Amino acid sequence: MSECSCTSSQSPEFDATALEAILSSGSTVEGALVPILQASQDAYGYLPRPALEMIARSLRLPLAEVYGVATFYAQFHLEPRGKHIVRICHGTACHVRGATEITDVIVGELGVEVGSTSEDLSFTVESVACVGCCGLAPVVLIDGETHGGLSTQAARRIVSKLQREQTQ
Amino acid sequence: MTAPKTTSTEVATIRICTGSGCAMNGSIAAADRLESAIAAANATDRVQVVRTGCHGLCELGPITVIEPGNVFYPKLTEAKAAQVVDALLGDGQPVSEFLYRENRGGDPVVRYQDLPFNHIQQRIVLRNCGVIDPEDLDYAIESGAYEALRTVVTTLSPDQLIETVAASGLRGRGGAGFSTGQKWRFAHDAPGDEKYVICNADEGDPGAFMDRSIAEGDPHSVLEGLAIAAYAVGASRGFIYCRAEYPLAVKRLRKAIADAQERGLIGDQVMGSDFALHIEVREGAGAFVCGEETALIASVEGRRGMPRSRPPFPATSGLWGKPTVINNVETLANLSWIIRNGAEAYAEFGTGTSKGTKVFALTGKVRHGGLVEVPMGLTVGTLVYDVGGGCPDGTTCKAVQIGGPSGGCLPAELFDTQIEYEALAAAGAVVGSGGMVVVDEHTCMVDLARYFLAFTQDESCGKCVPCRIGTKRMLEIVTGICEGRGQADDIETLERLALDIRRSSLCGLGQTAPNPVLTTLRYFREELEEHITLKKCRAGQCKELACFEVIAEKCRGCGICKKVCPVDAISGEAKEVHHIDTEKCVKCGQCELRCPFEAITHV
Repeated sequence: MSECSCTSSQSPEFDATALEAILSSGSTVEGALVPILQASQDAYGYLPRPALEMIARSLRLPLAEVYGVATFYAQFHLEPRGKHIVRICHGTACHVRGATEITDVIVGELGVEVGSTSEDLSFTVESVACVGCCGLAPVVLIDGETHGGLSTQAARRIVSKLQREQTQ
Repeated sequence: MTAPKTTSTEVATIRICTGSGCAMNGSIAAADRLESAIAAANATDRVQVVRTGCHGLCELGPITVIEPGNVFYPKLTEAKAAQVVDALLGDGQPVSEFLYRENRGGDPVVRYQDLPFNHIQQRIVLRNCGVIDPEDLDYAIESGAYEALRTVVTTLSPDQLIETVAASGLRGRGGAGFSTGQKWRFAHDAPGDEKYVICNADEGDPGAFMDRSIAEGDPHSVLEGLAIAAYAVGASRGFIYCRAEYPLAVKRLRKAIADAQERGLIGDQVMGSDFALHIEVREGAGAFVCGEETALIASVEGRRGMPRSRPPFPATSGLWGKPTVINNVETLANLSWIIRNGAEAYAEFGTGTSKGTKVFALTGKVRHGGLVEVPMGLTVGTLVYDVGGGCPDGTTCKAVQIGGPSGGCLPAELFDTQIEYEALAAAGAVVGSGGMVVVDEHTCMVDLARYFLAFTQDESCGKCVPCRIGTKRMLEIVTGICEGRGQADDIETLERLALDIRRSSLCGLGQTAPNPVLTTLRYFREELEEHITLKKCRAGQCKELACFEVIAEKCRGCGICKKVCPVDAISGEAKEVHHIDTEKCVKCGQCELRCPFEAITHV
């Protein structure tokens, strides 16, 4: 890869140790790119550019292809994410049981739009297609923990609690 | 129910669901508490706790069933657990106040199988879900797992196996409904030494969770099914492509594979025969289109999950260009039952062209939502009213959305439509993967069509023009209608676009994307026209068409609404009833959302 000033300045402190381990154990598998991206995101919380470059070199793929795959799938994130991840389910059952109102409440309380992260990297709010807990709609996941059967009041309560915990 | 682990009649078994839904409601803590209470009473030799997969009745979770007696406790929380154990070890009588009641103050329904929800169900696929501990291979084997695989590898030739499955009439449960036997036949006959089988567990339809529950509740039935499929087509490698949003399913499938491999049930010599099969799980990465066969293959190969045109079909040229069979989770979970009970027994369920049972995820505005398995051929109404108990809170069922983004809405007048591939297709819906969402009069059918269109539009991979641009244009028109910008010629444009997209899209996602709009046009045209000509939403769901009002009796004059209104449309003195100027109001809905007394409503 040729010298490019825009890459190194972005994450000068990129620690490649975790990625090296991932690449050494997984790059020989057929169709390795997606599992490697998944493991890298698990390790770093998102996919920093230096990681994508290392993966491309290691798998002998053009960086554009790696970037193409990373941006195709909703699971991958190229920007750092918040400490707390709030995911609002928008499956059909959640939709007919008030996911839109729940979204308005959460966005209003946290001041973070859907699909974005607060400036202080405290919260990320995103919508998810369906988490398969439709019997308990509407559902919100906070840091992977599921909260079901929410009213707008209940949604406001859990988000306020999260805010309090964050400021403490 | 199958027999408990030991045959002693002294032993009681407490089955508590630890599927995703019940776990959310605290079943893990409740199960721990049950175990500690049993240990404290020195009764571990007399009472065992089994942590099962999903029963399907998620809203009453944590679901607990005690044998003997089939005693059912809904919502068994940690706080109730010790008391339940005390009663069991004491006089053996159930704790009356914890039992399930249809109505407040009514007689309790003691036995789980007596619930109206369970009456009509016919459990073939879900036979072990909610019964066995899904992480315990021995338990699965005692319940008959891998018996069918043994029969297949020791007594049947691939040809005989394919004949049997074809005779059962089993069709793909993922949506398309193609004959499983025929699919296998194509892959079996395709030339090539190396072939693959893939289990499609990329359940992407919003509102559907059948595959999640099967994979979480009985993972060995999926593995066994995949192994049977592999034997039929001559594959030695299998993949399970599972949605990343289902972490518990992924974990249980991986454990099931490791356990089965260690026991020689799969691996280099399946059951000691010369048939070899290695299975691995690949996690999806969040793309709905990967449920489509060719897109799924691209994703497993590590590329962007974009479909390609067919032919060649995956059965002749699939994963890495080799013949590949892709079967859905539910399809595979049927197989061991078919082998053990015979094709004729399976074909006795269902109708002429739709055999067997189908699992549905019944959700939305329904009293008893959850996972239900019924024989094909029942009517939609039976499922909604008899199994689901109709709409809650005295509202009227308006329609049922069947088949997710590829399906459509059937109005209540058509609830006598039979659940089978052809009848539903004729009515404009599809069996699909089995999502069934009930809606009542408070649901706007135009908004629902917009919802699905927004979903498919967002998930369109962008490869072909009709889907990429066509669905975008349709979404703009439908959104305009919902927001009061509907034009007289919108309906005609929507119809034309819908038919063009259906005809010319590359894959199933695009071809079926217009279905929700088409059924709304077909059955709820009046409601759509009202939006356009009268700028009225009868369900009161399209906010831009609504009129916000203060309910005088509830308003305390706190002034919060006045503060949050971005256009100063609200006036009123402190502690007096406030008023909304409808001329100024931009219908943002903030006042209704923020009012602490629920004193603002929209009509």
